[in-house]
Amino acid sequence: MSQQLIDHPAPESPSRRDVLKVGLGTGGALFVVFGIPSIAKHFQQDANAASIVTEAKTAPFAPNAFIRIERSGGITLTMPMVEMGQGVYTSMALLLAEELEVGLDQVKLEHAPPNDALYANAILHRQLTGMSSSIRAFWMPLRQAGAVARTLLIAAAAKQWGIDPAVCSAKHGVVSAGSRQLSYGQLVDVAAALPVPTPDSLALKDPKDFTLIGTPAKRLDTPDKINGRAEFGIDTKQPGMKVAAIAISPVFGGKPKSLDAAAARAVNSVRQVVRIDEAVAVVADHMWAAKKGLEAAAIQWDDGPNAKVSAADIVRQLEEASKQPGVVARNEGDTGKALASAAQRLEAVYQLPFLAHATMEPMNCTVHLREDACDIWVGTQAPTLTQTVIAQLTGLPKDAVKIHNHLLGGGFGRRLDVDGTVLAVKIAQQMDGPVKVVWSREEDIQHDMYRPYYYDRLSAGLDAEGMPVAWTHRTSGSSVMARYDPPLFKNGLDPDAVSGAAEPPYAFPNIHVDYVRVEPPGIPTALWRGVGPTHNVFVVESFIDELAHAAKHDPVAYRKTLLAHNPRALAVLTLAAEKAGWGRPLASRRGRGVSVQSAFGSYLAQVAEVEVAADGSLKVHRIVCAVDCGMVVNPDTIEAQVQGGTFFGLTAALYGAITLKNGRVEQGNFDTYRPLRVDEAPVVETHLVKSSEFPGGLGEAPTAAVSPAVTNAIFAATAKRIRTLPIDTNLLKSAG
Amino acid sequence: MPFTIKVNGMPHSVDVDGDMPLLWVLRDLLGMTGTKFGCGMALCGACTVHIDGQPVRSCITTIDSVDASAITTIEAVGRTPAGRAVQKAWLDLEVPQCGYCQSGQIMSASALIADNPHPTDADIDAAMAGNVCRCGTYVRIREGIKQAAAANTNRKAG
Repeated sequence: MSQQLIDHPAPESPSRRDVLKVGLGTGGALFVVFGIPSIAKHFQQDANAASIVTEAKTAPFAPNAFIRIERSGGITLTMPMVEMGQGVYTSMALLLAEELEVGLDQVKLEHAPPNDALYANAILHRQLTGMSSSIRAFWMPLRQAGAVARTLLIAAAAKQWGIDPAVCSAKHGVVSAGSRQLSYGQLVDVAAALPVPTPDSLALKDPKDFTLIGTPAKRLDTPDKINGRAEFGIDTKQPGMKVAAIAISPVFGGKPKSLDAAAARAVNSVRQVVRIDEAVAVVADHMWAAKKGLEAAAIQWDDGPNAKVSAADIVRQLEEASKQPGVVARNEGDTGKALASAAQRLEAVYQLPFLAHATMEPMNCTVHLREDACDIWVGTQAPTLTQTVIAQLTGLPKDAVKIHNHLLGGGFGRRLDVDGTVLAVKIAQQMDGPVKVVWSREEDIQHDMYRPYYYDRLSAGLDAEGMPVAWTHRTSGSSVMARYDPPLFKNGLDPDAVSGAAEPPYAFPNIHVDYVRVEPPGIPTALWRGVGPTHNVFVVESFIDELAHAAKHDPVAYRKTLLAHNPRALAVLTLAAEKAGWGRPLASRRGRGVSVQSAFGSYLAQVAEVEVAADGSLKVHRIVCAVDCGMVVNPDTIEAQVQGGTFFGLTAALYGAITLKNGRVEQGNFDTYRPLRVDEAPVVETHLVKSSEFPGGLGEAPTAAVSPAVTNAIFAATAKRIRTLPIDTNLLKSAG
Repeated sequence: MPFTIKVNGMPHSVDVDGDMPLLWVLRDLLGMTGTKFGCGMALCGACTVHIDGQPVRSCITTIDSVDASAITTIEAVGRTPAGRAVQKAWLDLEVPQCGYCQSGQIMSASALIADNPHPTDADIDAAMAGNVCRCGTYVRIREGIKQAAAANTNRKAG
């Protein structure tokens, strides 16, 4: 039994014995001269053997939408959430396999087709992968699905043997009773004829009996990710497929004014120039020709109404709007009164920039649109949304829109939105045959949907002992939810915009949190790894640090006092501080900073250790992270997510900013939108708190926690408070 | 213009403009999609292949510059001792997350340990800083290179 996702041979050199010749005929048409096999056949074979199948297949035994078992004993598990690096294909498989009583070496995986009725995430109410919700949403349903199948297989064996199911047991795909044994494959026909019990009627395994959950497991997607076999959306190959390069209006809301289509078509291998409302695509036999064609087209743009938008204007607009009261997210006690009588008062403004997702796999989508059907090959976090939107766009019934999902070359929220697929379908509407639309890195960064710019005003009052008696936090910025999930945007309040602000982990006797919605012109906004907490945890954890300093208390001790009512938060803080050697002396211009958060159902504390040189340059040496994410499914993935999530947040804290000038995004590639690189990556230590609490999410938690730990460490090293991200190292130069 | 290039030991003839980057020849003409497009400007390393054993960014390597050199891609790097050692370390340590950059990471890492049996942290920084990973697998990349280098050296010693 293979544990690989893909069971076809690696696509090495297509021809084994013969030289393959691909060339251009006199008319610019691609022709293929070769021995055997043909390139078309090679592509066809690859397509047929596609890694993870999206179309549901039938099997003799399929008691629910997640498990299919063949007579041969082959077990296929359907993955309701998508794999974008977070290890969910392995953790979902672990949940199913634990109760099904099979090993991960016995299963194959497939991507789920779009189907909210079968695969909706119970937290997000749709088949969406995001908000670190997968394990929380599927902890019970997948274990129950496994238990249903196992119960039926045991009942089938008991029936065949004429004995009580209670004396039978299942292990590693075999049902046993005494010396008698039947494999699952031998039982599928009998099991399929039995009535399926309701999931709630079954007892699940006691966690103390888990053999898979909680034990480090090898990821099922790794083998294909080290040899080039893993298939991402951009790797799609379809017979007769063309490749399109795209130029979208550099100003949001603009459109092409004029272009030289003849010049584009004169480029070798270019087939067609397609103009749609907001973009131009050049279709060719390969990407290079398409790119050259796009350049040759020398497109002139009508910039439209956003031609003058600048980052500074957007910030001024936010600053002004944030002076007015917003929609109240939380109000307890009387902050006005408490502030008035406080022994000490503090105020601060914090700002966070627009951010692009910059997934390593640039945006892409392959479409084959026919009169009666549309096939889409893409990696998406939102398969049902994609299907719905494309059905509306094409006028086709939903069933005729087939979504062939893929492994995602990074998601981070970018692939929750379907704008790339919409553009690809609009291009396909003007074409015959399949087309793969691939965005350049510059298009990807300049036509992202961005993490909003946030402008936050805070105030606090301290009593004579320096402890907070009042806390106010007003956040101002775009509402992502009003666009993305309107039912969640109630009475003017965006729950994401205040997530991490309305429920800080600390006890404040008087607290007021409100939200001012400000939609910036000319720049679309979206969810970004860490969502609300990535914004608010930076603000809350920075300001609480300011309070500790103003109170002349140690930042860890101060937080501990305020966390007396919150044992899980207190425990991670205590552990992180201990492991980081909090309080031990450091060299000059070195400092430690701490952050604590409760988000996504998990608790996290981080201690960062930084060094700031006299010229202001910053080196992050070490991040110590303590985690309580409840029961752990795959400990190895926890460590990987802490490292990865931390670096994603650190990248943003150090470098991340999307700015606009004359309506255009000023950043374009990895030189101007800098990612963290290996030589800048600090040591990251992960310490897990053993917990029997309900599992929490972790894909995004460290992204949110790291930036305040770093800026608080900068304060400890330099006495300079960073209130605007990304960190401006010019502010950190030593006076001497 | 016709070109014949040698990829993973096999000759392939293509008729394209001489300025076409090797990346797109591999991906769009030869169907070898293990080599990834990330930036198109040699800024991210996702497209790294070996030419005569040296790591190069195929997105800026034009086909007319390749001549008869031996090109090795991720699909065949496991046939080399260093490539095999790196792949094994990547598997053992569970380095990949989304996996998209890992072809390039493995190609750069393989070239490093083939050339330098005992890479220091500074050597790793120098050889790998051109390979971006947005998932943040850098801690395990560093560990993986050290493990692979040790295994590769032991193999030679044995």
